[in-house]
Amino acid sequence: MTNMTKIKITPELVAEHGINEQEHEHLLDILGREPSYTELGIFSVMWSEHCSYKSSRFWLKQLPTEGPQVVQGPGENAGIVDLGDGDAAVFKMESHNHPSYIEPYQGAATGVGGIMRDIFTMGARPVANMNALRFGSPTHKKTRHLVAGVVSGIGDYGNCMGVPTIGGETDFDSRYNNNILVNAMCVGLIKTDKIFYCAAHGTGNPVIYVGSKTGRDGIHGATMASAEFAEDSEEKRPTVQVGDPFTEKLLLEACLELMAGDTIIAIQDMGAAGLTSSSVEMADKGGVGFALDLDQVPQRETNMTAYEMLLSESQERMLMVLKPGSEEAARKIFEKWELDFAIVGETNDTNHLTITHQGEVVADIPVASLADSAPEYQRPFVEPTPPPAINSQNIKAPPSILGALTLMMASPNLCSRRWIWEQYDHMVMGDTVGRPGGDAGVVRIHSTNKGLAVTTDVTPRYVTADPYEGAKQAVAEAARNLSAVGARPLAVTDCLNFGNPERPEIMGQFVAVIKGMGEACEMLNCPVVSGNVSLYNETIIDGEYENIPPTPAIGAVGLIEDLDLICDIAVKDENDVMILIGPEQGWLGQSLYQEVIVGCLEGAPPPIDLELEKKVGALVRTLIRKKLVNAVHDISGGGLLVAAAEMALAGGKGIEFGPIDTKLPAHALWFGEDQARFILTCKEENLGKIAMAAQFTGLPSGMIGTVKGDALVIEGEPALPLNDLRKAHEAWLPGYMRV
Amino acid sequence: MKASVIVFPASNCDRDVAVALKEVSGRAPAMVWHGGVDLPSSDLIVLPGGFSYGDYLRSGALAARSPVMRAVIEQAKSGVPVLGICNGFQVLTESGLLPGVLLRNAGLKFICKDVHLTIERDDTLYSSDYKDNKVIKVPVAHHDGNYFADDNTISQLEDEGRVAFRYCDRYGNASSEANINGSRNNIAGIYDEKACILGMMPHPERMIAPELGGIGGLPLFRSILDTLH
Repeated sequence: MTNMTKIKITPELVAEHGINEQEHEHLLDILGREPSYTELGIFSVMWSEHCSYKSSRFWLKQLPTEGPQVVQGPGENAGIVDLGDGDAAVFKMESHNHPSYIEPYQGAATGVGGIMRDIFTMGARPVANMNALRFGSPTHKKTRHLVAGVVSGIGDYGNCMGVPTIGGETDFDSRYNNNILVNAMCVGLIKTDKIFYCAAHGTGNPVIYVGSKTGRDGIHGATMASAEFAEDSEEKRPTVQVGDPFTEKLLLEACLELMAGDTIIAIQDMGAAGLTSSSVEMADKGGVGFALDLDQVPQRETNMTAYEMLLSESQERMLMVLKPGSEEAARKIFEKWELDFAIVGETNDTNHLTITHQGEVVADIPVASLADSAPEYQRPFVEPTPPPAINSQNIKAPPSILGALTLMMASPNLCSRRWIWEQYDHMVMGDTVGRPGGDAGVVRIHSTNKGLAVTTDVTPRYVTADPYEGAKQAVAEAARNLSAVGARPLAVTDCLNFGNPERPEIMGQFVAVIKGMGEACEMLNCPVVSGNVSLYNETIIDGEYENIPPTPAIGAVGLIEDLDLICDIAVKDENDVMILIGPEQGWLGQSLYQEVIVGCLEGAPPPIDLELEKKVGALVRTLIRKKLVNAVHDISGGGLLVAAAEMALAGGKGIEFGPIDTKLPAHALWFGEDQARFILTCKEENLGKIAMAAQFTGLPSGMIGTVKGDALVIEGEPALPLNDLRKAHEAWLPGYMRV
Repeated sequence: MKASVIVFPASNCDRDVAVALKEVSGRAPAMVWHGGVDLPSSDLIVLPGGFSYGDYLRSGALAARSPVMRAVIEQAKSGVPVLGICNGFQVLTESGLLPGVLLRNAGLKFICKDVHLTIERDDTLYSSDYKDNKVIKVPVAHHDGNYFADDNTISQLEDEGRVAFRYCDRYGNASSEANINGSRNNIAGIYDEKACILGMMPHPERMIAPELGGIGGLPLFRSILDTLH
């Protein structure tokens, strides 16, 4: 054995590898001996929270994952839903939180690169990227640097790949000061009869390594991402991977070219825990063993140890099992694309992962012990106690409604995100029909007249106050955003970002969120087909710990059957009528009105009535399909007036709000964040039909204004010129980033 | 019309421009891999947008030296029209087929947005169909689109009517506010001496249908077809 593998395994070394005493005992039982240093490294990454989902697995099983539209649920590289006509959408969202805090540019870039590999590993061409970003307070000293790095990292990777980034969301909140969240989502298109999986069935088949060479970057990335941060978090920079979008673009094209033939048995990208995790997944799912010879692995650096090669998270690499005899044809394709191609091993019937380096066996581990029989915990939890509801009468009214609107529209959490999405190529591939800035991004299914709508949503301030209702809201809002463009929601992916699961209160948030999400997904026919869990988003400074708000980001995909029947948020013509659909309660608890105007968040968040959500979504889709409406926007953060103002800005036309019959205080009417609501505009002659359709569905509806002029007009207040509002809305982010 | 689209490693608007050419001419272009030295005889050669070789050196610099470019330069010199879009424009300047250079955007950021362009000439192979519109809307998507050349070259381009498009506002004013990337004289695209080679940063192939945001790019392809059939 080499020197590195002769390193003595001490309790300290085991602990440094994030393996606790009990897990160490388990490990000894599996091997019947002390592990070698290399094996300890393998167990360390495979049993890390990031790879094993040991704290979350038990709960994740409770989410609904099935439906007639589901081609592939969780457990593969990504989920797949049927789109009809032989097409399917492949999608997943994944976190790259810890690395993005340590090194924002590379962390975000490799997050995007990693999620795209998950998609094209299955044989799909990526067609749209999205992201959900949470930064700390704008006044925190690192925020500006993190925003700049993350946005350019996402942009540079996606732009070079030639995959449009069609939307996303960005929040600022001081509770993310030390743990930002970077969640990247990718959607790809595939033919249902041409899907590739990672199960390496069959023995005696060659295992092939393609893509970039292996270097010393990202070693222990998965373990790093499974621990909390402390003051020294920046010293973890070497665990962050470095992205090379150019190589990934070549890898994408080479893989799709090879996939057009019939030579691949199984394929898996090398993501977290690199070569180790990809081998284990392929062998485990295929029910075989893998014998790998590390001397055959293309290496970027000299004298790499087995430990380093197995744990490296160098990017842009894939592992494939090919049909014997097809190696040379495959090699030609990868050589054309100037990528490494190496036969590194063979499948066998041992059910062991056996690694040889310089002629010696450095690891020999039963595959199952690294996969399904990895540790699983049901961690203790305490149920969260949501605060009582707060009466809007008891929340301070603003001096003027339109003045409050201007302040809110100019605030960090509601202002225009143009500065961000103009750095992303959102039109490449020539199929972007719904650009960023609307309710959902829309891409055409290439050379058809059908479309895919994509959105990412969660409102962390709601989830913090009431994880159960907040989780329901995240799913409901995602579904609403799809309905608003005329898309039927098909399924969701999730990125569950939480603090330290070893704290019962955090685990309690997680459990409540799963319950809420599950109910909402069930009711809205949106099964969870893929996802990712990011725990330990916690920082300990001077013995004080701080966890992020529970942030279950939902990525949802919907189908548009006919792109001639879609809608956007922009008001269209003078004298069009504006209608509100859905019940008003004037709910101001945990609202942006509280955050911006009152200055503190209190009370319960708006409750979610899933029956109602289902009805109102279906109604809106019908109205769009029947061409009765010409603009639609869902009402979310900021309430009715913010939604209407966004529609006015998008269409470049003002709105005269009519007298509205209500018992609510004015600020609760205009800024309440009641759920299950949409604003529509239509020609006056369609007003009656829409009112009737709403009544028939049992939903309240009413006219609230008319599209007119170039200002927002509310009786009893000076008009607010659209240009002034636009300036306020567009100014904050570029101004903040310029300093 | 027989068109050839050159595909460099990490070209990524090759399919987009092929779709536009097919849509207008009814005939799919030949997709020509950069590594070959053979280039089919073509009525039009297109260098598409993207990030050839990752743009890790200067944008377009490596692609300009790839094997197929010798054949492209040869055909261009014998009068075959060449259209370079975005990264293709960068390849044209790097290979010396067009003067000047595309520097990093003045704002140092990647910019993807719709911009307005003036049509400086409507009598060329690429612009004859623009007789009715003096201002068009098409998107840009680039990091290095800041056109620079020395004073003599700029005056020569201006004097010889070789500026194809300028960034302008919606009313056609080529103002400094409308100059999104700091290009000299708001230049968004230029011709060679014979107006046979066109390099432009904006993406006409992305504006060929109302559902994509407009049809400002369509006349450019129609112009080519009108002349070349």
